Amino acid sequence: MSVFVTVGTTKFDSLINTVTHYSAIKAFQDLGYNRLVLQIGAGKIPKELDQLADLNQFTIEHYHFKPSITEDIESASLVISHAGAGSILETLGARKPLLVVINEDLMGNHQLELAYQLYRDQHLYYCECSTFVDTLKSSDFSKLKPFPDRKPKLFVDYLDNLLGFK
Amino acid sequence: MDTELGLIAVLIAVVVCLIPIFVIFFSVNRTCKTKNPNVKSTRRTKAASVMIIAGSGGHTKEILSLVSSFGSHYSPRYYIVANTDKMSRQKIEALEAKEIKLSNREEYSIHTIPRSREVSQSWFTTVLSTASATLYSFPLVFRLKPEVILCNGPGTCIPLCVAGLVLKIFRDLKIVYIESICRVETLSLSGKILYYLADSLLVQWPSLHQKYPRSTYIGRLV
Repeated sequence: MSVFVTVGTTKFDSLINTVTHYSAIKAFQDLGYNRLVLQIGAGKIPKELDQLADLNQFTIEHYHFKPSITEDIESASLVISHAGAGSILETLGARKPLLVVINEDLMGNHQLELAYQLYRDQHLYYCECSTFVDTLKSSDFSKLKPFPDRKPKLFVDYLDNLLGFK
Repeated sequence: MDTELGLIAVLIAVVVCLIPIFVIFFSVNRTCKTKNPNVKSTRRTKAASVMIIAGSGGHTKEILSLVSSFGSHYSPRYYIVANTDKMSRQKIEALEAKEIKLSNREEYSIHTIPRSREVSQSWFTTVLSTASATLYSFPLVFRLKPEVILCNGPGTCIPLCVAGLVLKIFRDLKIVYIESICRVETLSLSGKILYYLADSLLVQWPSLHQKYPRSTYIGRLV
């Protein structure tokens, strides 16, 4: 079982440091995960990664960017993401359990509205770096509701009506 | 505070640019208005030309996901990208090559305009760059004469929509603004500007529609 962590197109080093901290790795192992894949964006590779390399039956992989993170989401059992709409919607679209970690630097930013709303609608959990390990341990991901599929015809039908095609 | 200053700056720039343009158009050409009251009653069959304004990053991603479900009756498609935005151009070319029906592939073009406002640009320079973008937008919109303008922010779309509003005096044109799915509680700056100006402003959350009753909510679109 693997965990995929994504920070999107910018960087979020405190998230990467949080998920590679000893206490987080221990929590992942206790929950039955044995693999951690990190998409670290423009951020730095944490120094501790080398020391963590000899962890018993737990592998950590990392990369900066890929043209598409779809495969990594598909192969993960749990996704941990920044609050970006792209990563959130792609993960929910793939029906994967999602824990969003809010970047404290963006507090009050409208970009967090989506994560809060999707939390209220029970599609994801969210936390901050400081509460990550506790949230990971206490969250029951089986209680999350599947996010309804987008209906591509909705917009075209609306536009067709507006222009008189229908 | 920043948002309010930005809003005022954009409005000042737009008004400044509009005065001479209105004067020119009203004095030169009042006869080319071709509104036929009977057209509306029949079902339309002729394809509609669409201007799609790709706002960069997540904005481009959202608007292209709407365009990806278009049929061949939306043609030709005129994409507008900011001159500094290489990523959007690539995404448009990829979409047109892959998603849109083969028979219709050639019927699109990509046009560039100066960006009207960079993130955290000061309000004073915003006035200048918006003014320049507005002056640049008029020839483009009047040359392409789209029947629909689709946009979802950010600021780059405002000058084009203003040009579209003037073009509307002479011919049928619908301006459709689609607010980002990220906006749950408040409209974005461009959404607020276009709230009273666009023919329809679609929001993707019921809570946002309740707050802004002139908007339309038909469900999640992206």
